[in-house]
Amino acid sequence: MPTTPGSGRPVLEMRGITKTFPGVKALSDVSLTVRPGEIHAVCGENGAGKSTLMKVLSGVHPHGSYDGEIRFEDEPVAFKDIRASEQRGIVIIHQELALVPYLSIAENIFLGNEQTTARGLVDWNDTLRKAGELLRRVGLPEKPGTAVVDIAVGKQQLVEIAKALAKKVKLLILDEPTAALNDEDSAKLLSLIRELRDQGIASIIISHKLNEIRDIADSVTILRDGRSIETLTVRETPSSEPELSEKRIIRGMVGRDLDHRFPDRTHYEGADAGEIALAVEGWTVRHPIDHHRKVVDDVSLTVRRGEIVGIAGLMGAGRTELAMSVFGRSYGQYVSGTVAVAGRTVDTRSVPAAVDAGIAYVTEDRKRYGLNLIDSIKRNVSLPSLPGMLRHGVVDEHHERRVAERYRQSMNIKAPTVYEQVGRLSGGNQQKVVLSKWIHADPDVLILDEPTRGIDVGAKFEIYTVIDRLAAEGKAVLFISSELPELLGMCDRIYTMAEGRLTGEVTRAEADQEVLMRHMTMNRS
Amino acid sequence: MTTTSTPPRDEAPAKSAAQSAASLLLQSMRNNMRQYGMLIALALIVVLFQIWTDGTLLLPNNVSNLIQQNGYILILAIGMMIVIIAGHIDLSVGSLVAFVGAMSAVMIVNHDVPWGLALVLCLLIGAVAGAWQGFFIAYVGIPSFIVTLAGMLLFRGLTQIVLEGKSIAPFPNGFQNIAKGFIPEMGPYTQYHNPTLLLGLATIAFLLVREWRDRKRQLAYELDVLPTGLWVTKLVAMTAAVVAFTLTLASFHGVPVVMLIMCGLLLGLGYVMRNAVVGRHIYALGGNSAAAKLSGVKDRRVTFLVFVNMGVLAALAGCVYAARLNAGTPQAGLNFELEAIAAAFIGGASMSGGVGTVMGAVIGGLVLGVLNNGMSLVGIGTDYQQVIKGLVLLAAVGFDIWNKRRVGR
Repeated sequence: MPTTPGSGRPVLEMRGITKTFPGVKALSDVSLTVRPGEIHAVCGENGAGKSTLMKVLSGVHPHGSYDGEIRFEDEPVAFKDIRASEQRGIVIIHQELALVPYLSIAENIFLGNEQTTARGLVDWNDTLRKAGELLRRVGLPEKPGTAVVDIAVGKQQLVEIAKALAKKVKLLILDEPTAALNDEDSAKLLSLIRELRDQGIASIIISHKLNEIRDIADSVTILRDGRSIETLTVRETPSSEPELSEKRIIRGMVGRDLDHRFPDRTHYEGADAGEIALAVEGWTVRHPIDHHRKVVDDVSLTVRRGEIVGIAGLMGAGRTELAMSVFGRSYGQYVSGTVAVAGRTVDTRSVPAAVDAGIAYVTEDRKRYGLNLIDSIKRNVSLPSLPGMLRHGVVDEHHERRVAERYRQSMNIKAPTVYEQVGRLSGGNQQKVVLSKWIHADPDVLILDEPTRGIDVGAKFEIYTVIDRLAAEGKAVLFISSELPELLGMCDRIYTMAEGRLTGEVTRAEADQEVLMRHMTMNRS
Repeated sequence: MTTTSTPPRDEAPAKSAAQSAASLLLQSMRNNMRQYGMLIALALIVVLFQIWTDGTLLLPNNVSNLIQQNGYILILAIGMMIVIIAGHIDLSVGSLVAFVGAMSAVMIVNHDVPWGLALVLCLLIGAVAGAWQGFFIAYVGIPSFIVTLAGMLLFRGLTQIVLEGKSIAPFPNGFQNIAKGFIPEMGPYTQYHNPTLLLGLATIAFLLVREWRDRKRQLAYELDVLPTGLWVTKLVAMTAAVVAFTLTLASFHGVPVVMLIMCGLLLGLGYVMRNAVVGRHIYALGGNSAAAKLSGVKDRRVTFLVFVNMGVLAALAGCVYAARLNAGTPQAGLNFELEAIAAAFIGGASMSGGVGTVMGAVIGGLVLGVLNNGMSLVGIGTDYQQVIKGLVLLAAVGFDIWNKRRVGR
């Protein structure tokens, strides 16, 4: 096709998109315009609304569940599901690949789109031939009959693109396409996306890697707090300063004032204040399946008593992996490193050992890893501390109930009784239950992983107050978060991570969002 | 309707204590809907067959009979309930019942091992069989469905090897009494069975003292308690139920030995599941194993213990069944695993684990037992009995799912 990138009438126009979830406005009045044959990046912090916007576009959130207008190829469209958007040629490739591992490449490419004979049976000759052509187009030297499980992640990504091409894609959406890839595979993938652009296929790329965006994107739309802030374009740049610089994008992403959303920090006055409570040395962990990848690479850090120390990093930086592997080696394959609590090297080989050593980990995914949703508040709170609630060798239910009652009141958990099923509570209240559970276990070190994810502003403030109180009592708090304002508002010191390594350590005084974002987007290359 | 009237709102503050008690009661009813529902269903089934059989169902000798007929299924159902709560399944129990029965026959009949010793050895065999399966499930990580399917074949085959395809009989009276016996009569002649009356009294005393102590401690901890009137009503109802049951049994031969075993298991394992740390850990594992592991639950050890427990209970059921048949036979225990699983699900277990009580398993087992007994009494053939039991299972679980959907989420 003779189109030049970024010219002509827009292929996609989203105007005034507003999407509300119960209690949360995820998108408000967002606009996005993609021109034919351009690579359009969408940037924003975690939670800025990027994925929600893509879900609206691809029909995951069907027409009618949002306000606003979508025009595709100059016609208004109203997708009722993903199939409808795919029929128009809009294909989304998610961060977690949607391939069936034990089926062949060819079968995966035509999954749900099978090549059939006149009698309705699968036409294997046709399938294999067409799959071979598509594989050549994406530059993947594999046989169509190879099982997907037998090829590397980078190649699987190419299979996904071949699958999209098989659906006659006109607009390709890639969500964090290079997050799981090494540099070489990333480069290959990006050049393929450029080739597709030259063939007239427009792409929307969501990525945290700003250097990649700078290299590949023709224009960038920045989202912040569910709003589209601005669209930067290569073309319109005056010659002096390139508009698509990393610095410029960062300014757009974080340009937000810190208001009074955090409690004043109270300081721990105990005799052992300032003593190092947690020291992690040379911590290295491999990916549980892909043993060649180090997800945590030689990390060393310390947290003092009464100190709140943040870990900032983008998705996939290895923060959760670090925390979970330190907490009883609950993630990945341990390679090396030691953990010391209060100056003494401790055994953290299993979760019970880590708990005994005085470490607690509050998970980022409370529904999957934090709570038994079908059980009561009472039993969730007591689970890690049951051995301390015994009377004549059995659990003292009255004591247990009183403990739960105390937390229900002090943490302001909104539930009629402590017998309420945790699954019925709101996200903020569930988070308070998880926190109660680990506070009652009385650890020296609390690792909080995204403690305010998915909860509203009011509940956030309550959780910040609890965190402050813990530090004021002399606990060491390691605070992992994707929201830079909350790290800046709460932490005494902040480490930054990227690609499994510590890339910086800044004190509260010298930290601001741009400094952090620069450290967080530091690539190995 | 076009008009709405506002109900008068007087005495609101005075009611608040009673209201909070009522909300507590409602809460516990809602959380245990399936169990309460099944208890009511059990009562209805009993009443229905009581009328249908012109009162034969609840005659003292039939009540004794009912207990002895269903003892081994109830024992299995208790173990199965715990397995299902932990998020697993055990298909091997029927075969294990047969294998242990065969071993008891070989030991007692062929080799003259004293029956008491043989019983202990049988329970040990059950523990080893449970440990064998538990090892593969907990430590190797093979799904329980597969391990116990293998166990089902394996133990059935071993049974046939041990018995060489024949039945072995008869057992000495002492052993038979496990299934058929009653606790012996003592003391002067009354119209009733004296030890049974004493046991009934002891049960009432135990229940009252426990209730009293619980309430005292709840008050001491300043927790909500039932209002006094309601509490007294509860005590009276409980006492009346025990008295009626005691008199029924005492006017026949008294308490069957099986029932003593059953009550021991119900109390003991019920207590363990409710109050012991390991019980809590089983619920947590079944409810969300990932969260339980991250809370320090030793998942492998707990799973292993659950299967050892199931093995021991299956062995106990095997001895009771062999004693009842008065023989070790290759075909013993066929489909018992399915009866036990059905009892657990009728009694409130959930396919995904984490839900259920030991009491529920007993209620579920009794629903099936009363249906069996009642339908036999009125002369419904075993063909129709199977159809009806299948429908009851479907209805019980269907009701639960419908109820959950109605309550929301």
